[in-house]
Amino acid sequence: MTRRYDVIVIGGGHNGLVHAAYLARAGLDVCVLEARPLVGGATVTEEIFPGFQYSVFSYVVSLMRPDIIRELDLPRHGLAILPLESTLTPLPDGDRLYRDADHHRTWREIARFSIRDAEAYDDYGRSLFYMARAVKYLLDIVPPDPARLAPGDISGMLRLGRHFLGLEPDQLHLLAKLMTMSSADFLEEWFETDVLKATLSASGIIGTFLGPRSPGTAYVLLHHYMGEIDGHFRAWGFAKGGTGAVARAIASAAREAGAEIRTDAPVARVLVQNGRTTGVALANGDELRAKVVSSSLDPRRTFLDLVDEGELPDEVVQGVRGYRFRGSSGKVNLALDAAPDFSCMPGHGPHLRGAVSISPSIDYLERAYDDARYGDFSREPYIDIVIPSAIDPAMAPPGKHVMSCFVQYAPYELREGTWDDKREAFGDTVIDTLARYAPNLKDIILHRQVVTPLDIERTTGLSQGNIFQGELTPSQLFFLRPVAGYAKYRTPVRGYYQCGSGTHPGGGIMGAPGKLAAGVVMGDLGRGKGRRGR
Amino acid sequence: MLLETPFHPRTAPLCHSRRWRNWSGYASALTYEPGHEYEYYAVRSGAGLFDISPLRKYEIAGADAAALVDRVVTRNALECPVGRVLYTPWCDEAGKMIDDGTVQRLGEDTFRVTSADPCLRWFQDCALGMDAAVRDITRELAALALQGPTSREILERVVTGADVAALPFFGLTGGSIGAAPVTVTRTGYTGDLGYEIWVRPENAVGVWDALAEVGRGYGLAPAGLDALDVARIEAGLLLKDVDYVSTWTALIESRKSSPYEAGLGWAVQPQPGRDFVGSRALAREAAAPSEWGFAGLEVEWPHIEKRFAAVGLPPLMAGRASREAVPIYAGGKQVGYVTSSTFSPILKKYIALATVRREFTRPGHRVKFELTVEFVRHTVPARVVKTPFFDPARKRG
Ligand SMILES: Cc1cc2nc3c(=O)[nH]c(=O)nc-3n(C[C@H](O)[C@H](O)[C@H](O)COP(=O)(O)OP(=O)(O)OC[C@H]3O[C@@H](n4cnc5c(N)ncnc54)[C@H](O)[C@@H]3O)c2cc1C
Repeated sequence: MTRRYDVIVIGGGHNGLVHAAYLARAGLDVCVLEARPLVGGATVTEEIFPGFQYSVFSYVVSLMRPDIIRELDLPRHGLAILPLESTLTPLPDGDRLYRDADHHRTWREIARFSIRDAEAYDDYGRSLFYMARAVKYLLDIVPPDPARLAPGDISGMLRLGRHFLGLEPDQLHLLAKLMTMSSADFLEEWFETDVLKATLSASGIIGTFLGPRSPGTAYVLLHHYMGEIDGHFRAWGFAKGGTGAVARAIASAAREAGAEIRTDAPVARVLVQNGRTTGVALANGDELRAKVVSSSLDPRRTFLDLVDEGELPDEVVQGVRGYRFRGSSGKVNLALDAAPDFSCMPGHGPHLRGAVSISPSIDYLERAYDDARYGDFSREPYIDIVIPSAIDPAMAPPGKHVMSCFVQYAPYELREGTWDDKREAFGDTVIDTLARYAPNLKDIILHRQVVTPLDIERTTGLSQGNIFQGELTPSQLFFLRPVAGYAKYRTPVRGYYQCGSGTHPGGGIMGAPGKLAAGVVMGDLGRGKGRRGR
Repeated sequence: MLLETPFHPRTAPLCHSRRWRNWSGYASALTYEPGHEYEYYAVRSGAGLFDISPLRKYEIAGADAAALVDRVVTRNALECPVGRVLYTPWCDEAGKMIDDGTVQRLGEDTFRVTSADPCLRWFQDCALGMDAAVRDITRELAALALQGPTSREILERVVTGADVAALPFFGLTGGSIGAAPVTVTRTGYTGDLGYEIWVRPENAVGVWDALAEVGRGYGLAPAGLDALDVARIEAGLLLKDVDYVSTWTALIESRKSSPYEAGLGWAVQPQPGRDFVGSRALAREAAAPSEWGFAGLEVEWPHIEKRFAAVGLPPLMAGRASREAVPIYAGGKQVGYVTSSTFSPILKKYIALATVRREFTRPGHRVKFELTVEFVRHTVPARVVKTPFFDPARKRG
């Protein structure tokens, strides 16, 4: 007799783990099946080079929902988030823009370019605070379906309407702009300094196959602003031990609550009988039974790979086929013999504990995008750098460093050749670009790991290497994520649910999809804690 | 003009914030950087380096040194072996606290005592008729606290002539840093793995440099009093004149605290035949407990957030530790007051040290914490919990 679980969770990424933890805490018998030897998915830290801890994919934390941290008591399970306090943007002429927690210094620094901008900076921060406060509401609810007339949907839409109509008119206008504009245009309303606009707009292109001048990127910018640390928006942090420590803490909480976590256990198929799931078949042929199966994989895998298309209505199959991944990001992770020395800010200062952004101008970013539009990786890419070892000494041996470089654009579909052929050339391009700003870089590299979109896909299963399990553009958000009619974590197959970043509220180390989906599953199973959105 | 500690030549240029506090007449950095956040995290993730030279220090020597210390403090000092340190309060005859500090036993007949405020006259008066000399060595001894998970690795690489790795919690050893003789104690005010280094003033700068140099690879940061305040509340450690008032400055009886009332009952160690200052009063109190006691509180953060969100604000309490006294209620009546509180960045909780009616000291009790939001008073639920709030295994391990 095979063991029968209440719930099987496919994928041990952070969302699958959050999902499992909540269900296990509700007393359900839960098993997580993870294909890789370790949990975390896109949130892993591995010792790729001896003595050096690489956060291979995701590298900074902000979106992780505070209620999840509290309810799962993640600090007790080892989660500590260290502050990331500054952003340095080096410029090709040797100048720089440096912003940090010192309000007055940041003001002076921006004022070197434009006093008007320095003054607008606070106004901008305030406006985004209002926006984040307004949209934050959405992060904690199951999206109501405007096309259905179920009581839950109607009351949900009403609540939503009331929430947004409660905004001041100018805030409502701003929100409309955010949902539709490009990040470059949006920023234009405040700033004239190119490097400032470029660096701020960069968070609007992350994980998206769009340039800063493409409409839709303003929302992505807001998505990166909504993170909260200790109740304050916009704060980005660094998980002690790397982002993998986030997944490990959640896994520990899930295990403590009674969940079983199996690694090296890739799922091949979701078993369906008479429109209802009965369990899963592993790649090794084993079958496991469960009342409920929740997939934390992206929509393409959840709907098209794991389930027979015949089990799904055509419009769902079409919808998922049309769902955009378009991976556009890569990473270069480095082990360094010493600290990188930036010519615009020499020496071993506090700037090394912050982010370094290679985003000197909007044109620079737009040109980087242009290359990608025609199927090449950017010759001069946007790079978002952190040096975890400068924040957390445990990440590298004393005096040595790890450096994480998030790179755009690296289009999944290349015009010619394959990523396997171009991997090292891509790595070289990134290093060459960086070396222009940190001339000692090439001499101090002990090891480098180049991660292309193909590598992301191969390792984590993220289709086309899209970091968010699908782009965060308005047509793929809220009640449209991943497809209309199935944004409430259910699928057309009874007992089969979705709980990954491909569902509302989307990607990033956030945990919200996992938790919200758990609420829906519990509600359907009649387990008390069921949440809005029936 | 505030005095400069022997480390001032190093701390002054590092103090970019130029925020100094008067600590016993010395300029003491509140933060080095504009905010204390990084310095706080250095203590919990790497190592924080604090200049604690302004502490008052006394040397007690002579054939009756042990007997004198044992007469003064509430803990049983005769049982403190050489090479050990005790944390202890000391009281007046009425059993009310005067001060608190550490007692280091350097030799059979030599002790060093630290205190927050001057105590020479008291120690000398207590020594009447004993063969024990008490000297104020505050200015003869500079001190650093090196606190945090990497502090041991740093010290192991810097200290010679001592086995730092083998030093137990509250242990003491002599050694050298470069050519400078130092005393290293495994003590601190952060509740983390940590050490304090005691050195003559002329060698102070050299010791700082050696630690800073090696510490670089271990996440060492100079840290100021703002960071210390958050860490010590997480550790559940009291601050004189904040969490209790010295019997010497209290002016009125109700402001005074006994060690029992301050949560330091464990440090009162009576023994048959042991006669220390306040022992009789404390014995009476042990038999008929005071109506006041100490409690650690965890204030429900979601309720704090909700109160602020109701007026459209983020929770404006996540910043520095607060020393504001805040009323505590239960059943509609005031049952005590918070003396120190802080958002704990590592625990993600709002925590507080409080003086409460004795019946509310037991962990699990539910009380209400007064919260003022936009000039309007509310109460939010809080729970009595055991202290230390944060107690990593490495502290003793
Ligand atoms: C390069 C990169 C950088 C990023 N940077 C950041 C950042 O700095 N900050 C941030 O907040 N977010 C970042 N992100 C986004 C964020 O990491 C992801 O959105 C998030 O981790 C996704 O979590 P998830 O649990 O939804 O899915 P995943 O992490 O994708 O988890 C899915 C899991 O399923 C497993 N799996 C796949 N197929 C199977 C199968 N058939 N059977 C069993 N298991 C299977 C996978 O191994 C994986 O563990 C980044 C992502 C990438 C790729």
